[in-house]
Amino acid sequence: MADIKKLAEMLKKLDDKLVSCMRCGMCQAVCPLFKETGRETDVTRGKLALLNGLAEQMLKDAKGVNEIVNRCLLCGTCQVNCPSGVQIVDIFLEARAILTGYFGLSPVKKAIFRGMLANPRFFNLLTTMGSTFQGVFTKKADELLGSSCARFNAPVVADRHFNSLATRPLRKTVGALDTPAGESGLRVAFFPGCVVDKMYPQVGEAAIAIFKHHGVGVYLPENQACCGIPVLTSGDRPTFDQLIEMNLALFADREFDYLVTPCASCTATIKELWPHYYGGERANLEKLALLGKKTLDITEFIADHLLSAEDQPAAQPTTETVTYHDPCHLKNSLGITRQPRQLIAAAGRTLVEMNEAGKCCGCGGSFNVAHYEISKKIGTAKADNIIASGAATVATSCPACMMQMTDMLSRRNKGLRVRHVIELYAEGLHRELVVKPQGGLPERA
Amino acid sequence: MSTKQASALAGKFSEIVGKDNVMTSENDRYAYSYDSAVLDPVMPGLVVRPTSSEALGRVVALCNEHGLPLTVRGAGTNLSGGTIPLPGGVVVLTNGLTRILEINEEDLYAIVEPGVVTASFAQEVARRGLFYPPDPGSQTVSTIGGNVAENAGGLRGLKYGVTKDYVMGMEFWDVDGRLIKSGSRTVKGVTGYNLHGLMVASEGTLAVFDKIILKLVPPPQAAKSMLAVFDSIAAASETVAAIIAAKIVPATLEMMDNFTIRTVDNFRHAGLPIDAAALLLIEVDGHPGQVADEAGVVERICREHRAREVKVAGDAAERNTIWQARRDALPALANLKPTCVLEDATVPRSKIPAMIAALDEISKKFQLTIGTFGHAGDGNLHPTILTDKRDKKEWLRVEKAIEEIFNQALALGGTLSGEHGIGLAKAGFLIKETGRATLDFSARLKKALDPKNILNAGKMAA
Repeated sequence: MADIKKLAEMLKKLDDKLVSCMRCGMCQAVCPLFKETGRETDVTRGKLALLNGLAEQMLKDAKGVNEIVNRCLLCGTCQVNCPSGVQIVDIFLEARAILTGYFGLSPVKKAIFRGMLANPRFFNLLTTMGSTFQGVFTKKADELLGSSCARFNAPVVADRHFNSLATRPLRKTVGALDTPAGESGLRVAFFPGCVVDKMYPQVGEAAIAIFKHHGVGVYLPENQACCGIPVLTSGDRPTFDQLIEMNLALFADREFDYLVTPCASCTATIKELWPHYYGGERANLEKLALLGKKTLDITEFIADHLLSAEDQPAAQPTTETVTYHDPCHLKNSLGITRQPRQLIAAAGRTLVEMNEAGKCCGCGGSFNVAHYEISKKIGTAKADNIIASGAATVATSCPACMMQMTDMLSRRNKGLRVRHVIELYAEGLHRELVVKPQGGLPERA
Repeated sequence: MSTKQASALAGKFSEIVGKDNVMTSENDRYAYSYDSAVLDPVMPGLVVRPTSSEALGRVVALCNEHGLPLTVRGAGTNLSGGTIPLPGGVVVLTNGLTRILEINEEDLYAIVEPGVVTASFAQEVARRGLFYPPDPGSQTVSTIGGNVAENAGGLRGLKYGVTKDYVMGMEFWDVDGRLIKSGSRTVKGVTGYNLHGLMVASEGTLAVFDKIILKLVPPPQAAKSMLAVFDSIAAASETVAAIIAAKIVPATLEMMDNFTIRTVDNFRHAGLPIDAAALLLIEVDGHPGQVADEAGVVERICREHRAREVKVAGDAAERNTIWQARRDALPALANLKPTCVLEDATVPRSKIPAMIAALDEISKKFQLTIGTFGHAGDGNLHPTILTDKRDKKEWLRVEKAIEEIFNQALALGGTLSGEHGIGLAKAGFLIKETGRATLDFSARLKKALDPKNILNAGKMAA
């Protein structure tokens, strides 16, 4: 461990960004974590002040500041609402990298990031083995949600209700694809993301069915690596760069119009964080910028590129009511709120808005692992809003949010379903074709 | 007082408020060493968070017993350093006291604990079909306790008054931890000294608030907003005076100078007239018939006073566009430079042209960027100095400019602070406005109520 002066010097690099916080404290109104705890160290203003205090050598407890800076969902709500436009998420990501460089990565994270995520084949093998044996350790908790909980006291699982690892992940049900553009004239690269591949393959299958229906060619290579968000937020830049390079090798020189993902976090990461934080070879920067420009969230791709005014899929209306949760990485990072709602309507469902649809579900990726109790409190507030909406289904467009909402709703046992927006849309296509059989059934992959 | 002394008492505070509600670590304490004022942080010795009225009283008594400096803190959004603690002192948080105890729809009052957030309270009141008008800029986070301690204002001050006009009564703890009651739930009430009136704007120096009785009013049934564009500040100011002279009191009457207009337009590209010298943003409210009449008269007055253009909002979206421009003023200015010093020296409204001319002079003399916007209707302008506090040379000029702004406001018969408070930032200037006798009188009052001087010492003249 270097001396604290050196750490202060490194943090001084952030001075130009930190100084723009005028301590107005308006972040207190929107921070989901602060809402639960009321502690200044939990809200952005406090965290920025502490980073400044450390940089100015007014504080000695760097380890404590490190913990505080990591106790954040990175939902970005404060940044969207910041009156002085402070680049908060950027400051936190930079600070985490500096602090992780100083303190080193925890042994668990090191094992997961460098041992598992950086070896996609090994990661796949491990999760396949896990899915085979998970029934021994877990029992069903909610049939509609398909959730489980631990059969006996397991320290990491705690009292979580979770979806099982898929016995047949997407890479097995669909495998690799490389098909030419169909009647849409478009061809996409598909990046399902780890959670869809390993836990929600049905979301990936829905995507493939939709592409097929609209005549979109698909490039889906095997052994895609993690997008890197858990690694970046933990300050592990070398692994982040490595993951980017692995993915770049698969996607950079291929021909496609857009890179599409069904995961809000993957989309935001590839589009914005890859080009901004990649620290490897300069030659790759141009490729990353180009890839970023071509990357789209799947709801945006469907709504803005496949549906034209005259070609609305008039799915048979159903009585099913759906409420929509805005993932932070779509709403705050990319400003996408219209398209997922449009797809719910196009799927023939009636959208009922919940209160605070844009408030974080409390997952925050590894935040949920490190701070489960608070994550649960924030998630419970989300579950309350979902239940109060009276909808039968909550839809969203991020598998991480799906995991969190499944956990929170499963323990309430209210008979609600958690679905990805594109699952609903794919079902709508199916119903539409039942009414108009001449179109032919969309093939299920 | 030393941090040592405060932390030695951590156990005793824990007995009162519970261990989880006492913070002693360096990082926790540092997070309560500042507020929204551009001032240096001061490390407290201890932070406590009472969650009951009784615990709050006992915390105050314990501090007094040991002579520990005590600073009450709501959301910490004070712009004059009123919530910056004393070195090694105790910060008492009110965000564990957030209950709305009563909203009485028959007698039009509410009783709240000090930590209730202003906007949540106003929203809850609105849900019952009533209206709590004070709307300080920080209302989404600011607390009623802080609003009362600072006598917070807002955009509606001109017609609806400020926080002091809504405080009907209060219960507060004296330094010995005895509960003092003043005022009542009735419109009329002359029982005893008007102690709750004394508490308003006392900046945490006289007592610690426990419960506040607030007046509620029926909401206006209709409102109409408009935006008037002027080629000279003088014409805009004359318009303000003419509107009032026509016996019309708009709910809101705001002004933006050319620099602010350009900055806001650059911020949101809302199509503001960037070549205009001034904008007036006006809203009249009340009974629909009255609103229609008054809006017509205001529009005519604007045109008679050389308004180049008057846009009347036809629907909710257009109304929102007008007020979005006003809401953008501070964020847009704050985005320009790292440090943003928001002043609130206030003059009689007829002196606004003179004050704006003076601000122009000051900006040139000290080579500083100053954007001015604010509550033209009540003379409460917000000259906003944009700077970088790390630039020591410029910061010296900023300090001189602030002093000159105060001097100008006083010379025009105005006051040092319209709504942000005196706190630490303006304590040294108080004598200029009020004189020695007033400071002595205040000091005797303070001495009598707080003999050990534990309550937010150093703020105002205390």
